[in-house]
Formats: sequence, structure tokens, C-alpha cells
Amino acid sequence: MLDSIIFYFFAGVAILSAALMVTRRNAIHSAVFLITTLLATAGIFLQLRAEFLFIAQIILYVGGIMVLFVFVIMLVRLDVPLHHITFRFQKWVALFVAIALACEVGVMFWYVRRLPSAGLLTPPAPSPDQLPPNSEQFAKVLFSNYLLPFEIASILLLVAMIGAVVMAKKRT
Amino acid sequence: MSPALHSIVSFLQTWWVQLVSGVLIVAVVPLIAGYVVLVERKLMADMQARLGPMRVGPHGLLQPIADALKLLIKEDIIPDNADKAIFWLAPVVSMTAALVSMGAIAFGPWFQVAKDINIGILFVLGVSSLGLFGIVLGGWASNSHYALIGALRSTAQLVSYETAAGLAIISGLLLAGTLQIRSIVDAQQHYGVWFIFLAPVAFFIYLVASIAETNRAPFDLPEAESELVAGYMTEYSGFRWALYFLGEYANMIVVAAVATTLFLGGWLRPFPNVRWLNWLDVLPALFTAGVGAYCVYRAGKQPVRVQALFMWAVAALCFLVALILAATVFVPLLQAARPGFLGAFWFMLKVSAYIYVFMWLRFTLPRYRFDQLMHLGWYLLIPLAIVNVFSVGMAMMLESEFGWNRWLALVVTMLFTLLAAAFLLHLNDKRTAAASSAAAETSDTYAG
Amino acid sequence: MMPVGHYLFLSFALFTIGAIGVITRRNVIVILMSIELILNAVNINLVAFSRIFGDVHGQVFALFIIADAAAEAAVGLGIIIAFFRNRETVLADEMDLLKW
Repeated sequence: MLDSIIFYFFAGVAILSAALMVTRRNAIHSAVFLITTLLATAGIFLQLRAEFLFIAQIILYVGGIMVLFVFVIMLVRLDVPLHHITFRFQKWVALFVAIALACEVGVMFWYVRRLPSAGLLTPPAPSPDQLPPNSEQFAKVLFSNYLLPFEIASILLLVAMIGAVVMAKKRT
Repeated sequence: MSPALHSIVSFLQTWWVQLVSGVLIVAVVPLIAGYVVLVERKLMADMQARLGPMRVGPHGLLQPIADALKLLIKEDIIPDNADKAIFWLAPVVSMTAALVSMGAIAFGPWFQVAKDINIGILFVLGVSSLGLFGIVLGGWASNSHYALIGALRSTAQLVSYETAAGLAIISGLLLAGTLQIRSIVDAQQHYGVWFIFLAPVAFFIYLVASIAETNRAPFDLPEAESELVAGYMTEYSGFRWALYFLGEYANMIVVAAVATTLFLGGWLRPFPNVRWLNWLDVLPALFTAGVGAYCVYRAGKQPVRVQALFMWAVAALCFLVALILAATVFVPLLQAARPGFLGAFWFMLKVSAYIYVFMWLRFTLPRYRFDQLMHLGWYLLIPLAIVNVFSVGMAMMLESEFGWNRWLALVVTMLFTLLAAAFLLHLNDKRTAAASSAAAETSDTYAG
Repeated sequence: MMPVGHYLFLSFALFTIGAIGVITRRNVIVILMSIELILNAVNINLVAFSRIFGDVHGQVFALFIIADAAAEAAVGLGIIIAFFRNRETVLADEMDLLKW
């Protein structure tokens, strides 16, 4: 019962602030709504008992990436509300894409409902008490199975850092 | 009863402790932060050979309440073209981040709101780092140059020193082997010493980084009055400013609590495992009784009757606390309560000592210029923190793989770290010498 | 743990909103933010399935996606800043230097 309340709360906040994010004129308002969406997503991770990912989302995404976005918006003064929209066709393209995606997902749900063994498509989830401690399990898998992707991710971040510094430097 | 009501009742039955603790934190911490401000003013006065607030209440003890009332009834000014929604939101975010991060801290073995979070220390770090949105959005929403520059400087400082603080914490976590707060303190009990003796360089790095994290002097350029008016707080008046200020002091308490948990042994008394020092358990009661006795002594010297009465009341409170603490030690029935109460006392004592060091440094050291600040963070602290993580890891590996004695391994690797620190400082000197000589050659301040 | 369909629907909704944001908005920064939204939708999907199967591989993959999103945001914002310095615009339909 508590689980579903928490899920509906965070899911509602996520969808609502995502919808608000893509409709604001002011870029800073969009950034603030993206922050709330990311926090709600972190809440969903917590509800799924993914504790390490919850705090990784908050530290990395909200505390890192969104600070980057907000800094760039402030430094480059990009928050000026926009004037007239010249390309009106975008709205129809967006509507078409949304309807296409919705049809895809609807068809998928419809087919799943018709299968007799629909309930057995996924195994029953283990109860929260049966789950091992999340951080320890995470670390065990990260540093054994995924060691190579981990090292590649570090190199990727290094390359991205160098790239960002070079791109943003003033050419004197 | 209806099932909804039943589920609400069962929810309250399971979670009432956490709810009450949460409400207590939100209600009590601002008051405590207000009194920390008073303590700071009195300490500042003492170190500057004056008396500090004395008029409001006996010895100025009601000063925070007077300040809070004044700030509440002040006019709420919002700048002209300010973004009203974000202007309202920013101090709220700052205060909320500080208060929520208090939820995971264990103020003693019994007092923890979010019990046994698997990611304890990481939660506190991550949520308290959300406070920088309060700063950057506040500076932006003020629609003022000073505020924006102050906010960006403050955020840059926070982000830089957060990295150093995180790396210093990792050294402590390597020794503890877990992220859970209780398990960290239990690991310190298992080792028998506080982690500050096993990784002193990490503690020092965390001390410096946490001073910069909370925008305290000597790293308080973004909010120093002679620099940018008040930085990101310039346009905030009345209670909004109070929220920022209280958020900063709550952050100070959080940072002190993290350092205490990780390096100063949490709620353990000094020498926790040594049995023949068990009589140290009597120290908390003695200390509190000593404070009460001092209050009695001062009560006799008060000129005004109401001040004397107040001192008697404070003395009575101190004696009551001392009685409770002594009862848990001496009365056999209450022995089970001993770890709880004594642990809370030791924790509070260590947090207060850490905050005292913060204040002491504020009144002693001159302010860092912003480029010096960033230079210190990136060129000195972060490399040193990385070297320290490496050396603590080496020490753990030497102990487990090669069978060295733990103390020998730690001393050897700490020598390596100190060598690296000396090297970095030497590089620093060379660089600042080169920069200042270059500046002296090219700049001519009195030209023309 | 809700039935998995709930998480899939949430992930789909966020994905669609992000896709609409990428298509509709003119401000390049908001387009980048919508891309982050799409990545988050995928993360929710991964973590929901990792919870069902009881192991942690989905969460590890989600962590890699977060790291990758950080790198991409940094470089993307660097490009935007460089472009802004040259052309003084951040509107997507004004970035048409390669148009013939």
C-alpha cells in the first residue's frame, strides 16, 4: 500500500514536471523542472530498492549535470524568452510522433493481454527482504563483470573533460 | 474500520518514530542553529577581548529569539525584474537540503531518523550537495550583478571542494569497508582507535574542504561584506535571508557530524575497547555537573535578580542531565540505556569541538582571494586527496595480501603521502613565486 | 514492487515527452535537456527489470548510462558555448551554416 502510494506520487511528479519542462519559455524554468523530474526518477529508483543508483542519480545527474546546464544557461544568458515561432510544422510532427509511439505501445499491451500465459512473462519479483545489500552487490558486479566498461567509462569521461575544456576555451 | 483507515493506522504504528524524529529535526534544528550563531558571536567577542551580546536576556541568551522575531517582521523586498518563483524557491532549497541530509545522520546509537540506510554517508554527501542549487538559483533570481557573480563564485568553490571532501571521505571509507553509518562507527570500535589516528591526512583534507563547503572563513569570499556586498544573499531580506543563514549553519552541523562519524569515532568514548578505562564513562556526567556548578557560581555574581534566576534554571537543567547520565552508569537497572545516552553525549561533544575549530579558524585567519582559493582546491587538496586514497588502499592491501602489521603499513604509506604533500607544497611555492614575480614585472600599479 | 507494466508505462511516457521536446523546441539547451529526459526513461526501464530478476546488472548498466550522459552533456554544452560565441544564437533553426 505504501509502495504504491510512493510510486504514484513519484511517477506523477516525474510526468508532470517533464511535461512542464518541455513547455516553458524560460530556459531556467525548464532546468528547474528537469531537476524535479530527475529527483522524482531518483525516488522511483529508491522505490525499486536500487539505493546506490538513487544516490548516484542525485550526486551525478542533479548535482553534476544539472549544475552544468544551469551554469551554461546563466553564463551565456540564454534565458531570454523567445519571440515568434517561424516553423509551425514542428507541432504536427511532434503530434504524429507521439501518436505513432502511443500506437506502438498500445499494440504491444494489447497483444500481451491476449496471450494466455501473460502473467508468466516475467518471474515474480523477490521480496525486499530477500535482496542482498545493494551497494555491496553493485560493487561486486561492477568490479568483476563490468571492469572493462568501467575503465572505458573513465577514459570516456577524461576525453569528455578535455573536449569540453578545449571547446569552451576562448581563442586568444 | 475501513481498510484505508486501517492501513493509515498500521503505517503510523510502524513509522511513528521516524515521523516524530523528522518533525523534531525540522522544528528544533533552526533553533539550535540560531544558538550556534549566538555561540559564535560570544566566541568571537571573547577572542577579540570584548563581551558580545549581553543585553537581550541574561548574557544575551535570548538574542537569537530577538533576531528571529526581527527578521520575521521585516519588510519582504523582492527586486524589480526578479524571477519571483525562483526567488521564493532558492532559500527553501538551501534549507531543505541541509535538513534532509540530517535525516541519515546517527546522533548516537539510538537516534537516527533513517535507520540503516545502505548508503548512509553517500546519502548525506549527495543531498547536502543539493544545497548549491539554492545558491545558484538565488543568485540568478536576484537579477543583480553582485548576486550573480557571488553565486557563481560560491558554486564553483563548493563544487571544487566537494571533490576533495569526497576523496578524503573515501580514505575513511576504505578503512571502514562500508557506507552504512552505524557500521562505520562499529568498525572504529572494532579497530579500537578512531580513524583520525589511522588516516590523519584524510581528516585534515576533510577539515579544510568542509570549511570551504560551508562558505566559512577563510573561504568566505562569496559572502564577505567587503567584497561583493553579500554575494548571492544580497537581495534577500527578512526571513528569506534567515533561511539562507540557517541553512548555512545547519550545513555546518551536518558536515561536523559526518567528520565525527567518519574520523572522530562517532559516539564512541576515547579508547572504546580498553576495559580498564571504563571509568571514563563517568566523564559525561562529571562534565555536565561541572558546567552546572559553574552556572551556580556565576549565579551568585549576577547583578540583576532575573539574571540570577535564569542562571539557577540553567544550572538545574545541567544537573538534571548530569543525573541522567550518571544514572545510566551507576544504576544497574538503567545500564541498557548507557550506550544511547552516553553515546549521544560524546557525539554532541565531538560535533561541538569540530564547530569550535571552525569558529576559531574564522576569527584567526585572513580571507583567501578567489583565485588563491581555487588554486588551493585544485592544485593542492585534490592531488593530495588522490594520493591519500592510493596510500590508504596500499596500506589495506599490504595488510591483507602481504601480512604486514596494520600500523606499520599505515605509517609507511602515510610517510609516502606526507612526501607527496611536501612535493605539492614545494610546487605550489614555485608556482606562486613565479606568478608573483611575473605579476611584479608586468603590472605597474602606480603607472600614469 | 508494482506490476512491471506500471514502470514500463512511466518510462514510455517520459520517453515520449522527451522525444516531443527534442522535436518541438527551438532552444538547443532545452533540446539537450530533453535528451537527458529520454536517457532517464531508459534508466527507469533498466532498473525495473533488474528489480524483477533480482540481480543488479540492470542497475550497473544504468550507472554507465548516467556516466555517458554526463560526458555527452559536457561536450554538447561546450559545443553550444563555442557556437554561441561565434553566432550569438542558440535557436536550432538559426544554426544553418551547412545549408545550401
